[in-house]
Amino acid sequence: MSDALSIIQDPTLTYRQELVSLARLGEAQDHTLRYSDAYYAAKKEGALCDLNEGPMPYRPRYVCPDYRLLFEKGCGFLELDPPKDLLEALNVLEIFYCHVPSITTYPVYLGDLDKLLEPFVLREDREFAKKALRLFLRNIDRVQTDSFVHADIGPEDSVTGRLLLELTEEMQLAIPNLTLRYDPEKTSDSFALACVRCMLKTAKPSFANHRMFVREWGEDYAIASCYNGLKIAGGGYTLPRMRLYECSLHSGSVEEFLSRDLPHYVDLQLEYMDKRVRFIVEESTFFKTNFLSAEGFVKQENFTGMFGVVGLAECCNHLLHISDPKKGFGLNPEATALGRRIMDEIDRLVASHEAPYCEAFGHRYRLHAQVGIDTDGMDDSPGTRIPIGAEPAMLDQLEVNEQFHPYFPTGTGDIFKFEETYLKTPEAVLPIIKGSLSRGLRYFSGYLENNDVVRVTGYLVKKSEIEKLRQKKQSLNQVTLFGMGAQDGGHALDRRVQHHEESAGK
Amino acid sequence: MRKAPVNKIIPFSNVDGPGNRTSVFFQGCNFNCRFCHNPETIRLCAHCGKCVEACPAGALALRNGEVRWDASRCVQCDTCLKLCPHSASPRIRWMDADEVFAEISRTLPYIGGVTVSGGECTLQMDFLLELFPRIRAAGKTCLLDSNGSFDFESDPRVLDCCDGVMLDVKAVNPEWSRFLLGADPAPVLKNLDFLLRTNWLQEVRTVILPGRDAENEETVRYVSGRIGNACDYKIIRYRPFGVREEQQKLLGEEETPPEYAERFASLARSLGAERAFVV
Repeated sequence: MSDALSIIQDPTLTYRQELVSLARLGEAQDHTLRYSDAYYAAKKEGALCDLNEGPMPYRPRYVCPDYRLLFEKGCGFLELDPPKDLLEALNVLEIFYCHVPSITTYPVYLGDLDKLLEPFVLREDREFAKKALRLFLRNIDRVQTDSFVHADIGPEDSVTGRLLLELTEEMQLAIPNLTLRYDPEKTSDSFALACVRCMLKTAKPSFANHRMFVREWGEDYAIASCYNGLKIAGGGYTLPRMRLYECSLHSGSVEEFLSRDLPHYVDLQLEYMDKRVRFIVEESTFFKTNFLSAEGFVKQENFTGMFGVVGLAECCNHLLHISDPKKGFGLNPEATALGRRIMDEIDRLVASHEAPYCEAFGHRYRLHAQVGIDTDGMDDSPGTRIPIGAEPAMLDQLEVNEQFHPYFPTGTGDIFKFEETYLKTPEAVLPIIKGSLSRGLRYFSGYLENNDVVRVTGYLVKKSEIEKLRQKKQSLNQVTLFGMGAQDGGHALDRRVQHHEESAGK
Repeated sequence: MRKAPVNKIIPFSNVDGPGNRTSVFFQGCNFNCRFCHNPETIRLCAHCGKCVEACPAGALALRNGEVRWDASRCVQCDTCLKLCPHSASPRIRWMDADEVFAEISRTLPYIGGVTVSGGECTLQMDFLLELFPRIRAAGKTCLLDSNGSFDFESDPRVLDCCDGVMLDVKAVNPEWSRFLLGADPAPVLKNLDFLLRTNWLQEVRTVILPGRDAENEETVRYVSGRIGNACDYKIIRYRPFGVREEQQKLLGEEETPPEYAERFASLARSLGAERAFVV
C-alpha cells in the first residue's frame, strides 16, 4: 500500500489531519537541501534527529507574532482594523491565528492574552466578558486543534487572567496550553494560588521563571508550544536534537565521548541548523513575501535556531556503566556531575559557533531540552529529565532540575504529579514552586493524579481522547496520537506521584 | 548538645500544618493510643535483638548490647517494625539540634516552616529549645504537634520560640480516655483551655471511630463548645491501616465512613466550631 493510500484509508485521521499528512508526504519528495554524508550517517544511527521537520522548510518552525502591533495598527493583508472593543479584539485574534504558520500548521503562540485583552475586558460587564472569552476559548479548542497552541498570562494579576483561569477550570480543555510568567515581585500570592488550583484541576497553567527569561530575552519573550522560550516578533527557525544516549554508543570512555564523539555530533547538528536556517531565509518566501514579515509582525533578526538535546540521563548512565536508572543520573552524584560536564561542553561548543541570521542573539543558537517524541520509547528521556520510574523524592528531583534548567533559554521543564489531597492544599504547592524558581528552576508543570486533562511530556492531552483513538475513532486534537505513543512507549503518564507525606530519597 | 531520638524527617508534607512543611518525627510517646497508626514510634528500643536476625538486608547488628542500624543497607521492608514486641523501631537516629537543622536546611527554600511530631515531641523539650530558635532565625515557622500531655502553662518556654500548637483531643470522658489512650484526659483538657486563652492553638484534632456514637459525640461537643472559630477543628476518620492487629479487632477493621465523620463535623459547626472539617 502506498503511503498516500494508507493516509487516506486511516480511519483515525480527521480530514485536516489527512491533509497535513499528505502535505508532509509531498514535501518529503524533494531533496534540494543536502547535508554531508556524515550527517546522514548520524541520522541513520539515531544519534541525530530532525523531529521530522521535513526536508524543505517553507516557514520557520515556531512563529511568535507581535500581537500588540496587530492591535495598534491592524493588518492590511487580512483587512483588519485595530479592534475597538472586546468582540472585535477576539474576532481579530481568531482570524489572525488561522494565518500564523508553524511546524504543526497551527499557531504555537497566541499572545500574552491577559495583557492584550485587559483594556477591552475592563470596559465590559464581567459576565459578558466571561461569555465572550468562553466562546473565544471554544473557538481555539475546535479550530486550532493542536495541543502545541500556547497562550501566556502574568506576571501581574488581572481581571482577564482570572477569567481565563475560571474558564480553563470550567471548560476542561486540552487546548490551548497555558503559562503563568511568575515573578515573586510582580505576581501576588493570591493570583499564583488561583493558578495552582487551576493547574491541579486541568494540568495548566505551568509556571515560568519570569526573571530568568527576562534576563536572557528581555521583557518581550514568549512561552510557546510545549515550554519554548522565544522572542516576541520572532521565533525559532528549527529544532533538531542530539539523542545523547545514541551519541555515546561509540565511546569507550567518558574522555573519548567528551573529546571525540560529542564535538563530532555537535558539529553535524550545527551543520544541519546552518543549512536549514539559510534555506528558510534565503530560499523560501517566508521572510520575503509573507504578510507577517512584510507588515512587521515578525522580524527575521529576532529568530534563532534551537539546539536540542535529549537523553542526557541515559548517556551518563551508559558512559558510567550504570544499568539501573535508580542508581544513575539524578540519583548518583557522580552521574549527575558528569551530566553537568557534558552540558558545559555542549554549551561551550554551541556558544562558540557563529550562527547565520541570528542577529538579535549575538549570532548564536540557543539550547533547548527537547521534550521527547512518542517513538523515543525509554531510550532517551526528555532533555535532562530523570527517567520515569527512577524519579527520586520531589525535593531531590527539584534540586537536580535546578542544576540543569539554566542551560536552556529556549526551553526545558519538568512535570510533577500530585496526589488528590493537594487539591485541598494548593498553599502547600505554591512554596515548592516559588522555592525552586528562586533556585534556578526554569519551568514547573504539575497535575493531579486522576485528571482527564494530563500533561504528557510537555503538551496536554485528554486521557478520554486517547481512549477514542484506541477504539479506532478520530480525535480532533492532532496531538492525541503523540500522547498515546508516549503513554505506550515512554510510560509518560506513569511518573512518580507526590504523596501527602513522604521521606527523602537519600 | 542534647541528642533526641529521631524516627524520620519528611521534607515535604501538606498534612502537618498549613502550607508545605518539613516534619520531624521523634521516637517515643507517653500515651499508648489503641488507634495509633504508627505504633513503632511509641517506645524506645529495648535492645532485645529480636529484629537483628530477622533483617533480610543485614542492616541491623547487636553491638555491646545495643541494636545498631545501618541506614545504607536498609531496604525499608519494615520486617523489624512488624515483629518488634515493644512497639519500637531500631531505625532511628540520635541527632542533636545542629544535625537536624543541617538536614532541614536543604528544604528551607521550599517550605513555610517545620512541624515537630512523634511519638510525642514535648518529651524532647530541651532539644526543641535548641532547635526552634535556629529555624525561626532562618525565617521559618515552628509548630508543635502534641498529644497534650505536657503542661505548657507551668513551662511556657517552648511557646516563646514557636508559632503554635496542633493539639490532639482524642477523648474527654476519663474512662474512655484511659481505655483509648491509656492516660487521663485532664492534662490535655487543661492545655486546650490554656492554649486557647493564650492564642497558641493552631488546630485541634479528634479521631472519629466507627460506631462509637456516644464517645465521639461527647468529645466533639466538648471541643466545639470551647474553640469556636479560634482555630481549625480537624475531624479525622479512623483508618485501620498501620494499626496493631489486636487493636483493630477492638476498634474495627473498617475505616470510618466519610458521611459518618461528616455528621460530627456538622455537629461541631452547629456548636460554634465554624472551622470544623473532615480530613
